[in-house]
Amino acid sequence: MFEQLSYSTLQGYWWLIISILGATLVFMMFVLGGQTLIYTLGKKEPQLSLIIKEIGIRWDLTFTNLVVFCGTIFAAFPLFYSTSFGGAYWLWMLILFTFVLQVVSYGFRNKAKNFLGAKTYEWFLFLNGLFGTISLGVVIGTLFTGGNFVHDEMNFMRWTTNWHGIEAFFNIKNLLLGLSIFFLARTLALLYLINRVSDIHIQDASKKHLIINAPIFFVLFFTFILCICLGNGYTLDPETQIVFIQKYKYFKNFIELPWLGTIFLIGILLLIFGVLIPFLKNKKLENKGIWLAGFGCFFTILSLFLCLGYNNTVFYPSLVDMQSSLTIYNASSSKYTLVVMSYVSLLIPFIAAYIIYTSRLLLKKSFTANETSSDNNIF
Amino acid sequence: MDELISLVNWSRGQFALTAMYHWIFVPITLGLTIMIAIMHTHYYKTDNDEWKKMTKFWMKLLIINFILGVATGIILVFEFGTNWSNYSWFVGDIFGAPLAIEGILAFFMEATFIAVMIFGWDRVSKKLHLISTWLVAIGSNLSALWILIANAWMQHPIGTVFNPATARNEMINFWDIALSPVAINKFLHTTTSSYVVASLFVISVSSWYLLKKRHIFIAKKSMLIAAIFGFISSIMTIFTGDSSVYQVAQKQPMKLAAMEGLYEGKTSAGLVTIGILNPKKDINNDEKPYYFKIEIPYLLSLLSYRDADAYVPGINDLIYGNEEQQILSAEEKIARGNIAIETLKQYQNAKKQNDTNALANLGKKFDPNTKVGDYFLNNYFRYFGYGYLSSPHELIPNIALTFYSFHIMVSLGFLFILLFLLVFIYVWKDTIENKNILLYISLWSVLFGFIASQSGWIVSEVGRQPWIIQDLMPTVAGVTQLSVSNVQITFILFAIIFTTLLIAELSIMFNQIRKGP
Repeated sequence: MFEQLSYSTLQGYWWLIISILGATLVFMMFVLGGQTLIYTLGKKEPQLSLIIKEIGIRWDLTFTNLVVFCGTIFAAFPLFYSTSFGGAYWLWMLILFTFVLQVVSYGFRNKAKNFLGAKTYEWFLFLNGLFGTISLGVVIGTLFTGGNFVHDEMNFMRWTTNWHGIEAFFNIKNLLLGLSIFFLARTLALLYLINRVSDIHIQDASKKHLIINAPIFFVLFFTFILCICLGNGYTLDPETQIVFIQKYKYFKNFIELPWLGTIFLIGILLLIFGVLIPFLKNKKLENKGIWLAGFGCFFTILSLFLCLGYNNTVFYPSLVDMQSSLTIYNASSSKYTLVVMSYVSLLIPFIAAYIIYTSRLLLKKSFTANETSSDNNIF
Repeated sequence: MDELISLVNWSRGQFALTAMYHWIFVPITLGLTIMIAIMHTHYYKTDNDEWKKMTKFWMKLLIINFILGVATGIILVFEFGTNWSNYSWFVGDIFGAPLAIEGILAFFMEATFIAVMIFGWDRVSKKLHLISTWLVAIGSNLSALWILIANAWMQHPIGTVFNPATARNEMINFWDIALSPVAINKFLHTTTSSYVVASLFVISVSSWYLLKKRHIFIAKKSMLIAAIFGFISSIMTIFTGDSSVYQVAQKQPMKLAAMEGLYEGKTSAGLVTIGILNPKKDINNDEKPYYFKIEIPYLLSLLSYRDADAYVPGINDLIYGNEEQQILSAEEKIARGNIAIETLKQYQNAKKQNDTNALANLGKKFDPNTKVGDYFLNNYFRYFGYGYLSSPHELIPNIALTFYSFHIMVSLGFLFILLFLLVFIYVWKDTIENKNILLYISLWSVLFGFIASQSGWIVSEVGRQPWIIQDLMPTVAGVTQLSVSNVQITFILFAIIFTTLLIAELSIMFNQIRKGP
């Protein structure tokens, strides 16, 4: 079946899968956003543990999503993997260190004799939430703004600055997206808590903080979108395979691919409605904001990723040697590998189905504050 | 050059540090999940609360162990890219697919059902709960399968062709890679030996309870399961270990020579069972290789080539060559590797200049379906990686480390069989609690299990140096070009973090064990 598809179609298909995984990962960042709110919303026990419990019940899926996202990039676009991971060394290391802290914190925090004390693990969660979201946003930002790399004849990468990724934090566009993801994660976490937690204090506090976090997210994110749409982008000439700079490239992508612009707009509208819903005077709807905003986040980020990969766009520009820039065509695995992996990808809906099914089973019953002190579980 | 060697060593050190910490937790996860599934099945069938208590207790220990396994595992995935970026590109087309399958199939299965396993006692049906426990066991073992397939490919590259246009290896037959005999054997040897470690873990904890006269029922039943599981796994480990030696002899003769400290090749070679190497011995002098050794005649030839009189090449043969045995010298291989690299450069230049004639001619050399290609690929390109080496001596791995690790692993492996047998007999006779010496040995046995397991990886990975991909890419070519200080800093950070977290984990684990089921 997949053998019949052209190489470029397969490359497009795998960019779509990367985009879906990327968008899902950003949505799942609400877990990290929640981690930055634990002391804001849960000033004392049992609220503190309750928030960590509710936010962290499926932290493993966020983590797994990150691993699969990176693994899939390695498999489908290995030249990007080697270039970005090897070049922006410190950026990825920062993400890595903070996620290691996340895993151990959820695992060890409420265990007796945990050596570092519960407070330390709570701080680890906070640091993961803060740096994990911002760094991931900065990484995605570099797909628009580029990196300082060059490839030799063996396609071996050389990074031309000694900062190895730290310089990405000094680019205003990257920083705007990084902070946007941070505030988006917090916004989604607040909506999630409104949906999940019946504790009235947490509900009220969540609404109060939503009023602050959501507008900041929208301001930062729209500024970022304006910057990239009004700025230059990098394009590949499909005939000559030469990369060149094009004005308003990303904006043009949204116009030239109307379905892409539509997905983006739907995403933004859903996000706005999702954030407004808790303030409606409708008891039935007021806790459903996470669903709308969740889908909104997914569609918005999905459209950004697709905008980077489709329409002959360069998805990782080189700031040193423009012709070393990466597109879905020159960075991908061979056709044979993409075909093999495409068959595996047919299992994704099945996997998604059992994840949803088991999550529904587990989440059917809310956790009580008492349950959080039990040692029958790991969180 | 010194800077590059230093970078390679620090990068190798960082990867080894991560892998060794990772491998403290993985063997327990692989085996314990299966034993827990067996216990859970028994509870499902009998509805006996003691079995439920037992299952829950081992689940708690599994989760404590699992956490750091996950944390160190993600670091390994990242380090392929961060520290070995050239390698990542060179093999991404092959290595990526098993990794992606591992992520999509195994990780999600593991992550999803482990949550059901932990939280499911009162939230899902008993049947679904049991299925989840089994799926965790299957998922964790499946994830081991794919990463080991990738590792096996590095030891024995197969099912791929080099594409000069992209300057990388590309997969041409997925099943050749997935079902390669080296991959299958590696998976079986690694998992069964991990089951041995997990069984020792269960026996160790249970022995402590018996020595303290606590939780007698649970301790004895756990010991019985672990002794049977461990014994069967040990026997399988011996068989797969035998196949490993055979495969190493065919594909990685230098590793075999290092495992046995064999400098001079010989026919009817004996296997050194116990020996002390002479540290002054190296390839440039005539010192004796051993201070002392006990050898079983013919066994090395027999194990390596299934022929008691077969010739086993030594380190000297592999470095200086042996015409009689048709072994090329390292210098010749380096020269051929240089020609392969030069030919690739010519191809790349022709591509840049759009010289279609040169491209067509040079392209034929990389096409296995042409006569020229067949000759070039089999006589020159197969030594491609040698072209990155500056001296034949770089081809010799650390002999002492490989030799001692191999012998420690094998000796301990045989001792474990005896231990499992004794534990089984005395648990069966119901007299185990009176056998204090055996209980004390069992208590400490898990430490030796870890030593044996880590030694196995040292043999596998140190023994194949300098290769990151056998004969195609040495570590010096695969490393990311960073300044050494970057890697030194991350190495130290990882060392601090891992050690701190290990202390935390052990503290929690010991406390949980003290608390009991």
